[in-house]
Amino acid sequence: MSTLIYVVAYLSIIVFLAAAIKKIIDYKKKPIHVRWELYPVPHEGERAAYGGSCLEDVDWWQKYKKLSATKELMMDLPVMIQEILFLKAVWEHNRRLWYVTYPFHLGLYLMISFIGLLFLGAIFQLAGYSGGSPAIIIALTNLLGPMSFILVICGATGLLHRRLNDSGLRKYSSSSHFFNLGLFIFTMAISFLTWLFLDPGFTMARTFMAGLISFGLTPVSSPLFLFQVLLASLVIAYIPLTHMSHLFMKYFLYHDIRWGDAVNINSPETDAKIGVVLNYPVSWAASHIDIQGKTTWAEVATFNPVAEPETAKE
Amino acid sequence: MKKNIEINDISKDTPTLTNVSIDDLMPLPGPGDYKGIEWKELSDDLKSEYACILDNSCILQIPNPKTKEDEDELVNKFLSGMRKLFTKENNWTFLAMLDTTMEHCAKCNTCSDACHLYEASGQNEMYRPNYRSEVFRRIYKNYIKKDLFGSFRNGDIDLNWRTIARLGELAYRCNVCRRCAQTCPIGVDNALVAREIRKIFSQELGIAPPELHDKGSMLQLSTGSSTGMTQMVVRDNVDFIDEDFSEETGFEFKTPWDVEGADILLIHNAGEIMAWPENIAAFSIIFEAAGLSWTLSSDLAAYDGINYGVFYDDVQFARTALLQAMAAKKLGVKKIVLGECGHAHKALTVIADRVLPEGLKIPRESCFPILRDIVMSGKIKFDPRRNNFPVTLHDPCNVTRLMGIIKPQREIVQKLCPQFREMHPHGPNNYCCGGGSGYAIMSRNNIPQWRSNIAGRKKLEQILNAFSDCRGPETKKYVCAPCSNCKGQIRDMFEQYELLEKEQLTYSGVVELIVNAMVDVNPGYIKWEME
Repeated sequence: MSTLIYVVAYLSIIVFLAAAIKKIIDYKKKPIHVRWELYPVPHEGERAAYGGSCLEDVDWWQKYKKLSATKELMMDLPVMIQEILFLKAVWEHNRRLWYVTYPFHLGLYLMISFIGLLFLGAIFQLAGYSGGSPAIIIALTNLLGPMSFILVICGATGLLHRRLNDSGLRKYSSSSHFFNLGLFIFTMAISFLTWLFLDPGFTMARTFMAGLISFGLTPVSSPLFLFQVLLASLVIAYIPLTHMSHLFMKYFLYHDIRWGDAVNINSPETDAKIGVVLNYPVSWAASHIDIQGKTTWAEVATFNPVAEPETAKE
Repeated sequence: MKKNIEINDISKDTPTLTNVSIDDLMPLPGPGDYKGIEWKELSDDLKSEYACILDNSCILQIPNPKTKEDEDELVNKFLSGMRKLFTKENNWTFLAMLDTTMEHCAKCNTCSDACHLYEASGQNEMYRPNYRSEVFRRIYKNYIKKDLFGSFRNGDIDLNWRTIARLGELAYRCNVCRRCAQTCPIGVDNALVAREIRKIFSQELGIAPPELHDKGSMLQLSTGSSTGMTQMVVRDNVDFIDEDFSEETGFEFKTPWDVEGADILLIHNAGEIMAWPENIAAFSIIFEAAGLSWTLSSDLAAYDGINYGVFYDDVQFARTALLQAMAAKKLGVKKIVLGECGHAHKALTVIADRVLPEGLKIPRESCFPILRDIVMSGKIKFDPRRNNFPVTLHDPCNVTRLMGIIKPQREIVQKLCPQFREMHPHGPNNYCCGGGSGYAIMSRNNIPQWRSNIAGRKKLEQILNAFSDCRGPETKKYVCAPCSNCKGQIRDMFEQYELLEKEQLTYSGVVELIVNAMVDVNPGYIKWEME
């Protein structure tokens, strides 16, 4: 059983990574899209404060300087971090929901930090650090673990309550919404009980993590702990298979689409991508598009189906 | 009539899905009665010919299926279009945005309160931005993508011809202003879903509102303009405008046509020539007074900046944009400047940026920066006292939220209008006028009622609030709406609610305010029609 739980844990990590990587690759493999940005765009610099853009200048293309990817990211990050850490848009536009969704998300962020601390602690343990791990890591782990369990339970319960009792939310909620929230509440409740009655210093958890890292497969004897790991593994594997993949895909939705204002000036790379898509075959069936002999976007777009024939003009 | 509908009500065999009662409408600030315009009963002929089964309007006009085979054909063609919509070959333009919108919506409804239609309709469920998207998403995931455990993961949807017909019609109950997308914590774009549904209907089923397609983009491609004006007619009309306004203003000017090698090709929305000639004249007066090297083009589609494809059809969009760029190339101008038309701004400057091939990448810019520079340059003498009446500024969504052009038009009105005041919210957070995505040119089947009662109601509230210190007919007031489509919408709302008479409210663009303040022009360029 001990070995099996390690296999389950490894599998969950593999599924998480594979699904996340596949989603990102699928997104990145999509062809160039038209510009569809929304202002304010943070990397517009000072203009971002009021939602302005480079298009406010006469002959803007002569002044336009493409920012390096790093600089652009540095300008976008403060806004993105506010959005991710504090759920700013929900705070501004859906305050009632924020009161329940924020504890849930904050609990998840603390959970990620908690797992990171367990990982660090396990590394120290494996390295033979005297006392197992530095006191600060142990103290932070002991603080963040229970906090994350409680916040996720409270937030998810609040969300469940809102989804069940707000008619506007309820009709848009599928069974999976209720299942997901139930799964989080149950998993965190089991984790909370494990911490409270079995592993108050997260010693077993850290030892299990060390076993995972070292492939040591240290035996696990407690059924409650086994059950907790099983549930946690299920949650980790499940997240990227659902809409909760916005956890990592949000970066692309914001950075590439909402703020994707890169202008096509002196960009052979963009021109090459446009060249590719204009040669894609089109198979739309409406009569103004489905024209004999015109198969690619370039051919269809440069054909005027209602233009007066040259001969008729004479 | 139920306003708190369920998702699956869209498929039910009922006369309509829902209706918005006049009593449900969001109240407007008094004094005055702005209760709403009564809906008319749709004619039996219309209802027998078209599937008018969504509410008490009929915009898209989907032919009623007559047999079971017709019903199945409608469903199957829609599904066929939906399949294509999710292929890179057929939808490289929007696939990334659409796919992420399908996959990552948390269904938190944060977008709801951002929608002016949802608010103005008294929170009718049909107008919740996510209602349409949810129906579309369930069809996609359960019938096209065929998700494992689809019903559990996504919820059910009954798929029949009514679902499709209502979804198509529902795609035309959105202004595609994208205020909902702006508020989404994840980056999902429900307005785009409305546009993509329209695209399936146009590009696969060949169904689009006649004003956008047959009398819109197709007419522009055949005659040169959606107004139907040919090259000869448009030049004649502008000649008349030159003559009339030279006489009226005392400022002699002649609008240049087809000047090879000019610095600027100015492209107007040709609707201005017919409906607001003072806008065309104002541009000519300002550009001539500033001594610019500029021209209009009489080439096909290049004397009309409209590009209705932006609202419903990628192919029509690309065709129009290419013709406009080719005209500029032919004249050898240094840049295209777009007149006061919001969607033309976005279409040619932003969206076409990744459509125009290397040889046609001519610089394109908004008229507002150049107008701002002219006003600030001192080349023209102004007397702001001529504009000493309360002025507020409407922000066209395409220019502000979707392009980030916020300050230039403000700097002009701030300099020239002593009683300028902002609407709230404004800039990128503005509300749509209610005419966005083509409705301002539609006037059939209760569409005017819909525009006044629901689509434009929030904007009207903003306007009335902006003038809260000077309500009533005693004070002349001016709404500066620098977009042809927005002006059409505001004009019709003002007429419906008799706001010229009750509030001395008029509307027009930025250039009219500039000319009205020009010392070298006879006073009184802006008129309140009661005078």
